[in-house]
Amino acid sequence: MALQMFMTFGSWNCLLLLVALEYSKASSDVNESANSTAQHAPNAWFAASSSEPDERISVFELDYDYVQIPYEVTLWILLASLAKIGFHLYHKLPGLMPESCLLILVGALVGGIIFGTDHKSPPVMDSSIYFLYLLPPIVLEGGYFMPTRPFFENIGSILWWAVLGALINALGIGLSLYLICQVQAFGLGDVNLLQNLLFGSLISAVDPVAVLAVFEEARVNEQLYMMIFGEALLNDGITVVLYNMLIAFTKMHKFEDIEPVDILAGCARFIIVGVGGVMFGIVFGFISAFITRFTQNISAIEPLIVFMFSYLSYLAAETLYLSGILAITACAVTMKKYVEENVSQTSYTTIKYFMKMLSSVSETLIFIFMGVSTVGKNHEWNWAFICFTLAFCQIWRAISVFALFYVSNQFRTFPFSIKDQCIIFYSGVRGAGSFSLAFLLPLSLFPRKKMFVTATLVVIYFTVFIQGITIGPLVRYLDVKKTNKKESINEELHIRLMDHLKAGIEDVCGHWSHYQVRDKFKKFDHRYLRKILIRENLPKSSIVSLYKKLEMKQAIEMVETGILSSTAFSIPHQAQRIQGIKRLSPEDVESIRDILTCNMYQVRQRTLSYNKYNLKPQTSEKQAKEILIRRQNTLRESMRKGHSLPWGKPAGTKNIRYLSFPYGNPQSAGRDTRAAGFSDDDGSNPGSPSITFSAHSRIRSLQKQQAPEIIPMKSLRRGGKTLSFGYQRSTSQEEHMGGSRRVALRPKPPFHAVDEEGESGGESEGEAFAVRSRWTTDRGHGRDYHRSHSPLLQRK
Amino acid sequence: MEGIASVLWFSGGCEPPESRNWIFAGSCHSPSTPANSTLRDDCPFQPPPAVPRLPGPLGRVSGARPAASPPTPFPPAVSQASLLRLHHRFRALDRNKKGYLSRMDLQQIGALAVNPLGDRIIESFFPNGSQRVDFPGFVRVLAHFRPVEDEDTDQDPKKPEPLNSRRNKLHYAFQLYDLDRDGKISRHEMLQVLRLMVGVQVTEEQLENIADRTVQEADEDGDGAVSFLEFTKSLEKMDVEQKMSIRILK
Repeated sequence: MALQMFMTFGSWNCLLLLVALEYSKASSDVNESANSTAQHAPNAWFAASSSEPDERISVFELDYDYVQIPYEVTLWILLASLAKIGFHLYHKLPGLMPESCLLILVGALVGGIIFGTDHKSPPVMDSSIYFLYLLPPIVLEGGYFMPTRPFFENIGSILWWAVLGALINALGIGLSLYLICQVQAFGLGDVNLLQNLLFGSLISAVDPVAVLAVFEEARVNEQLYMMIFGEALLNDGITVVLYNMLIAFTKMHKFEDIEPVDILAGCARFIIVGVGGVMFGIVFGFISAFITRFTQNISAIEPLIVFMFSYLSYLAAETLYLSGILAITACAVTMKKYVEENVSQTSYTTIKYFMKMLSSVSETLIFIFMGVSTVGKNHEWNWAFICFTLAFCQIWRAISVFALFYVSNQFRTFPFSIKDQCIIFYSGVRGAGSFSLAFLLPLSLFPRKKMFVTATLVVIYFTVFIQGITIGPLVRYLDVKKTNKKESINEELHIRLMDHLKAGIEDVCGHWSHYQVRDKFKKFDHRYLRKILIRENLPKSSIVSLYKKLEMKQAIEMVETGILSSTAFSIPHQAQRIQGIKRLSPEDVESIRDILTCNMYQVRQRTLSYNKYNLKPQTSEKQAKEILIRRQNTLRESMRKGHSLPWGKPAGTKNIRYLSFPYGNPQSAGRDTRAAGFSDDDGSNPGSPSITFSAHSRIRSLQKQQAPEIIPMKSLRRGGKTLSFGYQRSTSQEEHMGGSRRVALRPKPPFHAVDEEGESGGESEGEAFAVRSRWTTDRGHGRDYHRSHSPLLQRK
Repeated sequence: MEGIASVLWFSGGCEPPESRNWIFAGSCHSPSTPANSTLRDDCPFQPPPAVPRLPGPLGRVSGARPAASPPTPFPPAVSQASLLRLHHRFRALDRNKKGYLSRMDLQQIGALAVNPLGDRIIESFFPNGSQRVDFPGFVRVLAHFRPVEDEDTDQDPKKPEPLNSRRNKLHYAFQLYDLDRDGKISRHEMLQVLRLMVGVQVTEEQLENIADRTVQEADEDGDGAVSFLEFTKSLEKMDVEQKMSIRILK
């Protein structure tokens, strides 16, 4: 097993370190002349452990205590990262188990080392460190990467399930454990109701993100995916609010009795804390979105703005005892949409990666700390308590899932099937959150804290390892169509075709939301928010840079010759060649199927693929690019064949995303720069879009005069801005081609844009008049134009 | 407004008992319905006959009425709601409020642009080279993707097969391959589809090989092409009903 191999390899570093340590301990004296850095650490350890006073000025001094905490934390993170690399080297492993398994194992390893060497571990986690530094990045990442549209489409069910589910679980587990504690035989008499409730609340913090990876592979439906995601997102916040409230109650209980008024006040507070937190987040989100509107000249601080405002929202909410978690989530969700359009492409990438990195570091630290506290003597093993905790966790999750979804199914257009509910039930994996909360229980209030921690650890280990590993097979088993593995080539091909077909038809139908509120918000958004929050000149989108990433020149050449050389994309292909056409042997079928499975385009997915620990390389974007280039060819062919291609018109709206830069520009100077841009394959050229834009508006009138067949469409409701042009489709081929030539000679701003409908949401009144640009025809068009200017390009 | 009018016109034309399925299942076959002429569902791939233009007055009348409450002819709410939503979508796609969709209108759908089958899907809305698709035609194509419900199966055998039957779904998929409409997928047609669907890293030679094999595998009568029957057979085991159904088109 690669894991095993790697674990030994990864731990090798640490073991080496410790062996060296033992050696240096055994040796009598500090070797002062030792200056190799490799020996630095062992020497340091020795220096830390030895208390010999040395008053002389030494040439070489060690102060390990000074660096101990960051030093060891760095080593841990490095170790975890190395382990992750090893984990992903063996490609089947990530499919078998969630990555949190690996992190826990690494943590246990570190814990074992620390325990084995009697080394005092640095105090990584206390309450303030956890809540102020470790938790916010994790929550921020969840909020930022949330697929907004499906989330808000299902928001009713998500809120219903996440909020009530957490409450039912917390209360249910707490109360039933309290009943167990009343049984004398178990020796749990000193655990009172409040403590049980608190334990119930912390143990009900599920972290089902780990199972999302499984879902993605198994292609579960979108709403199920969103349920799990929404639960992961909101659950933490709700649990922490509940936890803090119960801690307050417990403190109060120590000194005076709790009266019904207090409980009522607590409930009211629960709501205030939650809603207030969300409000705070929204306000901060808008502020930061507004600020990024003005950062075009100092794009380096764009990520900073995003992070600082998110963090500020968290801190500000915490100052007022509101829920910081909900605030930072709401802040991320609010600003994401606007910030992404405002910031430059590089900042956007930076934000994404930095966010992933921060949250990944936080979680790694928590898991390692969990491992550290797993191995040790600070446990209190109470069979009854642990077993009943485990049982109640499952029972109450089942009860809450089936009861809550039974109710919410009555109101849903597309109810959750029993199968979906089983999967949701089974996805109740506990994670870092539960452990942290248990670990942070104040010992003064909870004499049996050790038992709570032990029980929490058992639940986490059980759910992460057993449920986490078996949920993949379970989902696949429930998903009946997956079981039919023996497919012929025809089936393989036809099925993929049908998937694409279905996706295409779905796109034709558009997204249907069932919420009037959402439509209202979209209108409001179009009318006011976007105008305030988003820069006037449209920023480049991800698709632009992506398009540029593929070497522009090569793309042009490919398009020019109409041939996509197979070497264009340097993906080594090891598929076996099939010789001769005789009978089909099973191996042939197998190999052809493999080729098809690996190389057929994937169906586009609406929910972004989400992985908590990694940002996937955007294969879908690359694929989209490839398809665009190829389809352009087919469009051109069909044009030659005489199928009429409507002439496109560039249209300016806020919703446009550029696919590529224009092949030409009315100003010759502009053309030259563009040609230069092609040759040097410039990564980012912030000026270009605006050039195009002004050019576009300038030649508008020109076009009007020159082309009699242009029908200026009525200016849509958005005023002159969205004025668009279109050629009426020519009926005869001659006219058509003639038109093409004419247009080819005319300065034309053929920038290619596509309406990112998936991201901006479905159709609505607002979008009805949002003119979308026609990229395809533009491209076909631009091609012609490009050809007429090709000498220019060839010269350079 | 024309669009709404056409919905009203259609809905108004249909008599209650069967009208529920009329667009989707194509059971509006009673001779009394004026819509009958436009909806010969027994042959789903015929070009839709030109929709009679609505006289102005009707358009105006319907325009005065709120779109959310057309007369009544679609008894179950789901179907009516779907139709309204589709119509909303139709209007949104119809850029110039011209009352029909052109290829151009469909090509502007962003997500369709990156669909490898985008062209073919668009083309399927325009049977026999017509240049425009009106709302009934639009819905008729989409009706293939309506989920099969249990109640649909025990229909009167005399009625034409609903558009969302397994056979019609398959036929719809089949015609995406069959460009020349000769009822067969030739090797060349198969190759073209493969070219669309397979990434560039597979060489042309390999593709040709695969096309040969694919045709060979499905071809039973040895004519070097895949007929619709053979196509159906090769997909015998598949849950086509589920694969080619979109939930929102209920």
